[in-house]
Amino acid sequence: MTASPILDERISNVSRRGVLKGIVAAGGLVLAARIMPVGRPFAQTATAYGAAAMPHGTVNAPNVFISIAKDGMVTIVCHRSEMGQGVRTGMPQIVADELEADWNRVHVVSAPADEEKYGNQDTDGSRSTRHFMKPMREAGAAARMMLEQTAAKRWGVDPSEVEARNHEVIHKASGRKVGYGELAEEAATLEVPANDQLRLKSPDQFRYIGKALPLADGFDITVGKAQYGFDTWMEGMKYAVVARPPVFGGKVVSFDDSEARKIPGVEKIVKIEGTPAPAKFQPLGGIAVIANNTWAAMKGRDALKITWDDGPHKSYDSQSYRAQLEETARKPAKVVRNEGDVDAALGKAAKKIEAEYFIPHLAQAPMEPPAATARIRDGKCEVWACVQAPQVTRTDVAERLGMKFEDVTVHVTLLGGGFGRKSKPDFAIESALLSKEMGGAPVKLLWTREDDIRHSYYHTVSAERLEAGMDATGKPVAWRHRSVAPSIVSIYSPDPKHEGPFELGMGFVDVPFDIPNLRCENGEAEAHTRIGWFRSVSNIPHAFAIQSFAAEMAHAAGKDQKDYLLELLGPARVAELKSLDTLWNYGESTKMYPVDVGRLRHVVELVSEKAGWGRKLPERHGLGIAAHRSFVTYVATVVETAVAEDGTVSVPRIDVAIDCGNVVNPDRVRAQMEGACIMGLSLALSSEISFKDGRVVQGNFDDYLVARIDQAPREINVHIVPSNWNLAPGGVGEPGLPPLAPALTNAIFAATGKRIRSLPIGDQLKA
Amino acid sequence: MIKLRINGQEKEFEGDGEMPLLWYLRDQLGLTGTKFGCGIAACGACTVHLDGEAVRSCQTPVSAAENLSVTTIEGLDPQGNHPLQKAWRDVAVPQCGYCQAGQIMQAAALLKQTPSPTDEEIDSAMWGNICRCGTYTRIRAAIRQAVKGA
Repeated sequence: MTASPILDERISNVSRRGVLKGIVAAGGLVLAARIMPVGRPFAQTATAYGAAAMPHGTVNAPNVFISIAKDGMVTIVCHRSEMGQGVRTGMPQIVADELEADWNRVHVVSAPADEEKYGNQDTDGSRSTRHFMKPMREAGAAARMMLEQTAAKRWGVDPSEVEARNHEVIHKASGRKVGYGELAEEAATLEVPANDQLRLKSPDQFRYIGKALPLADGFDITVGKAQYGFDTWMEGMKYAVVARPPVFGGKVVSFDDSEARKIPGVEKIVKIEGTPAPAKFQPLGGIAVIANNTWAAMKGRDALKITWDDGPHKSYDSQSYRAQLEETARKPAKVVRNEGDVDAALGKAAKKIEAEYFIPHLAQAPMEPPAATARIRDGKCEVWACVQAPQVTRTDVAERLGMKFEDVTVHVTLLGGGFGRKSKPDFAIESALLSKEMGGAPVKLLWTREDDIRHSYYHTVSAERLEAGMDATGKPVAWRHRSVAPSIVSIYSPDPKHEGPFELGMGFVDVPFDIPNLRCENGEAEAHTRIGWFRSVSNIPHAFAIQSFAAEMAHAAGKDQKDYLLELLGPARVAELKSLDTLWNYGESTKMYPVDVGRLRHVVELVSEKAGWGRKLPERHGLGIAAHRSFVTYVATVVETAVAEDGTVSVPRIDVAIDCGNVVNPDRVRAQMEGACIMGLSLALSSEISFKDGRVVQGNFDDYLVARIDQAPREINVHIVPSNWNLAPGGVGEPGLPPLAPALTNAIFAATGKRIRSLPIGDQLKA
Repeated sequence: MIKLRINGQEKEFEGDGEMPLLWYLRDQLGLTGTKFGCGIAACGACTVHLDGEAVRSCQTPVSAAENLSVTTIEGLDPQGNHPLQKAWRDVAVPQCGYCQAGQIMQAAALLKQTPSPTDEEIDSAMWGNICRCGTYTRIRAAIRQAVKGA
C-alpha cells in the first residue's frame, strides 16, 4: 500500500466521462463508464435523509474512484479529508475489499474539491463511513464484476464460472488465472453494471473490512514526508500572516506600517476587508504582511501599529456573560419538548433535586493551525489547504474573488487535526485574496497559535439547569432541562438567539429517558463571537449536564449510579420522543437509525462488566459512568479516577464500550475512542477560552491548557460491540467525547463526595 | 554567514541569525517534516536534535546552531527504520500525524540517554510534546516496544 497526499493535475484534468487515461505513472488504464448518480437531490428536502440530504449526495461510479494500471497497480481515490480519523485508510479499505484487490498493490490519493464528481466531501458530523460505506462497496463490486466479465469473455465462458480473488480472476473449472492489470483496459470499455445487478459480498467474505489494516500514511508520517497544509512549497512562494481585529466585529481605523516595511524580507502590506456579520466563512479582515519567509512576515506583523475600532462586542466578558446565561436558565423558556405535566409532577414528587452545570467556550486547537497556499494563473485560482469542507472552500473562494466556480481548484492536503475548526475556510479565502494582491504569485498564509486560539470559531458556552422529581421509592417521575447557549446559526444568519434544531437534537431533546413528565426548554442567548463546531458540538454540554444529573439523582435516591442510569433509560425499546414533531437525528431517518434504548443499555452493561463496575478501589479512588448516543452511535464510558489529598486529579484507567453498528477498521475505532478520551480529559480538567473586554484572554498552549502525556491514563480499554451487518453504520469520530467529562466528574464524586458542576475542573478540588 | 551541519550536510546560512532554526529548515531548506505548533516551545512539534540533544527549533535561533549538527526527522534514519519509527508504525500511533515527527525526535533523544525508561521517565521526557489527537497511550507503548526490539 502506498499513498500520495494529493490527486495531482494528471488526474484532475481528465474527462469525467469516457475512459480515464494516464492516471497512473505506469501509463495504465482505468475502469470507465458513465457516472451513476446515486441519491443526489439538492439540499435538504422534507423527505431526504442521510447522504441523500447532503449536497451532491453520494456517487458510486467505479471510474470515479478506481483506476488500474497495466502493471496491476490499483489507485483508489479518497474524496473525504484525512484529519486523523483514518479515512484515507478506511475508505480505500472498503473499495479494495469489494474489488478483491491485493492491499499491497493499492495506492491511495486524495481527491480535489469536486462534489459533482465524487459526491459530498464535507468531512464532519462523523459521516464518512456512515454515508459512503455503501457507495464505496458498490464501486468496488462494480469494478470487480467488470473484471470478471472481461476474463469470462476472453476465455469464452459464462461469467458465473469465474471469480475475482486477490487481484486476479480465476476460471474455477480450469484453474486459469489472469491478473487485473491485463484485464483493466478491456474492462474499462464495458458498461458499469446497474445498481440492481451488483453482487456485494456477504460479510463472511470480507477480506479487509473488519480488519485492523495499517495506516495509509503511516510510513510518510514517521519519516516526515506527509504533506499538510502548512507544508505546501513551490517556486517563488511568499509567506503571509495577518493581524486580525482583536474583538469580533472590529475594524481597522488606521495603521502605520513604516517600521514593518523596514524588516528585511517584507514585501507587501495590505488590508483585508472584513465582512459584516453574519459573515459565514468570510475572513475577519485585518492587515496582512507578505514576505519572502515566515519569520520576516511574523516580525513585520509585530512591527505594525494598528488602531482598531472594536465594534459592538467590545464589552464581551465571560464572567458577566456566564451570570446572564445562568439567570436565563432559572426562568421559563421556549419549550422544545414537552410530555406529561412537569409542573404538576414536580409539585407532587416525594423528592426533588435541581442542579446547574456550565461549560465555557473551547478552541479546537488542532496541532496544525490553519494554513493555505493560493496561486492565480491565467484567470484560474488554485488553492492547497487543510480543509474539512473542500467544496465550500471552492465556492467561497470563487465568490470572494469574483471568479467562476470552475476556475477555482482546491487541493486537499492532509490535515494536522481538524476537530471542526477546518470546516470553516476563512483562512483559504485569505490566502486567495493575498495571492491576488501579489499578482497571482503563490502565497502561503499561516496562522500562528495565537491566531488560532484568539480567532477561532469557538465551541459554544452553555448553562444547563436540571430539575427532577422522584417518588418515595426513588423512581424518576419528572424531568425539566433548560439549555442556554449561543448558536452556530449566528455565523450564517441574523442571530436567532436560540439553539438550532441540530443543536437541540444533540443529546438534549432526544434524551431517551423513560420519564412520564418531561420538558426541555431553550433560553435566549446572544452570540458575541464566532461560534462553530467543535468535535461532538452541543453533545458536550448536554451530555455533561444530563449524565452528571443522572448520577446526582442516583445519589439522592440512594442507588448505584449504573443501576439508576439503567432505570432512567427504562426497558429496551425504540424511544418514541412522542412530543417532538421532528427529531434532527443527525440528518438520518429514524427508521434506519431509531433511538434504540436497547443498544444504549447494552453499552452500559458491557462497559460496566469490562471495567469491573463495583470493584474494590484504593482510598480516594472512584468509578464514574456515563452513556450517550450521538452521531447515531452508542457509547458508554467508565472512568477510574484518583484524587490526591491536594486535590490533583489523575485517571489511571478508562473503559469505553461503543456500538457503531458495524466496523471497517477496528484499530481506527479504538484510536478514535482513545483520542476522544484524551480530548475529553482536556476539556474536563483544564481547557477554557474566556473573553475580557471583547478579547480572548488565552493565547497559546501555556494558558490554553490541553492534556499532556502525564495526564493520560495507563490504560484505555475500548470494547467494540461486534459488527451487526443488519444495522446501518454509525459515526465514530465524535461519539467517544461526550460521555468522558461526566464519567470523570461522577468518578470524582465517588472518590471524594465533591460534585463538580462547572468545567474545567481547574483547581476546584484544591483546598 | 553561519555554518552548520544539517542531516550530515554542511550548510551556510545567510541572513538574520535570530531567525528560528525552524523557519530556516522549513522555508529555505524545504525540510518540512519539522512542524510549527506554537512558536513558544510549549508543544514540541518542532523538536530536532542539536548535537544529539532534543531542542525546540521554534525557539532556537540559527545563530545558536553555529558549527553544530542538526538532525531532523528526515535525517533520523534515511530508510525510516529507526526502532522508534518502526515501533510507531507497528503500534499505529499516529492519528493526524502532525505532531509525531516531534514526538519521535523527543523519544529518540530520551532513548539515547535512558535506553530503558520507566513509564514515569517516558512521561517526564515526553511531557513537552502535545498530541491533540490524544495518542499518548500509544506513544508510551511504542517507546516500550522500541526498547524491547532494539
